[in-house]
Amino acid sequence: MTARIGVVTFPGSLDDRDALRAARAAGAEPVPLWHGDHDLRGVDAVVLPGGFSYGDYLRAGAIASFAPVMAEVVAAARAGLPVLGICNGFQVLCESGLLPGALIRNAGLHFVCRDQRLRVESTDTAWTGEYAAGAEIVVPVKNGEGRYVADEATLDELEANGRVAFRYVGGNPNGALRDIAGIRNEAGNVVGLMPHPEHAIDPLTGPSADGLGLFVSVLKQLTAA
Amino acid sequence: MAKVAVDVMLKPEILDPQGQAIVRALPGLGFDQVTAVRQGKHFEVELDAADAAEAHAQAEKIAATLLANPVIEDFSVRLLD
Repeated sequence: MTARIGVVTFPGSLDDRDALRAARAAGAEPVPLWHGDHDLRGVDAVVLPGGFSYGDYLRAGAIASFAPVMAEVVAAARAGLPVLGICNGFQVLCESGLLPGALIRNAGLHFVCRDQRLRVESTDTAWTGEYAAGAEIVVPVKNGEGRYVADEATLDELEANGRVAFRYVGGNPNGALRDIAGIRNEAGNVVGLMPHPEHAIDPLTGPSADGLGLFVSVLKQLTAA
Repeated sequence: MAKVAVDVMLKPEILDPQGQAIVRALPGLGFDQVTAVRQGKHFEVELDAADAAEAHAQAEKIAATLLANPVIEDFSVRLLD
């Protein structure tokens, strides 16, 4: 029995297919989930994918955070279900209150699309257990509103408790405070990051296979449990 | 029927690169006295409320729930008519 990883499709999601493909490549059973359903179909983990849910109207992730499926995701995440938010999914996690802070327009105003080096800062999460602490990975980053911000007290709390999960190395693409690319919740089951590990699971189609580690990590944790 | 305006602005400490881009464009148009611009959002909400007080209270709730993100934004509410 392998684990079942659900991927939510919102209207305007773009990277749900790649997230499903990454789950399959890691050895999990990929399960498509629908934004309008109050149903997680019994999955063992959930990925909120990248894209422009609801056209990013109002604020990126704002309307998606109130989608019917998100009521289920929030409740399940609070009960310990592993949840990964990538790019727009990270924005949704912040808007829904599962992660602190917010993602705002890039400091340089440009939409940035490039291969990005990241340092894995926290291996104590459901999604990063297979990485070595301090490991550097290269995955694509592509966003116009990826600048992570939070008040100083929140940033200090994230740093003090090892809750910065990923940090930009070799150049900050969007002006994110303290070079933060991704964070985790206190329990470590919820992780959000702006760059795209699901696009880097095969050197044939991505800059590396470094991103597969997130999906392998959650699978190992689920099947060991 | 009541009409309520909700204005949402980034908090003063949050960088507003769009406002900065507007500041940089203005001297080229002959406006050389502008020192700062902050860009925000303006909403006009129409409600079937019993009275002005109820409309105002509803709009406050709508702004706090959806129209503004309190992590990065402040909002103000005023009755239009």
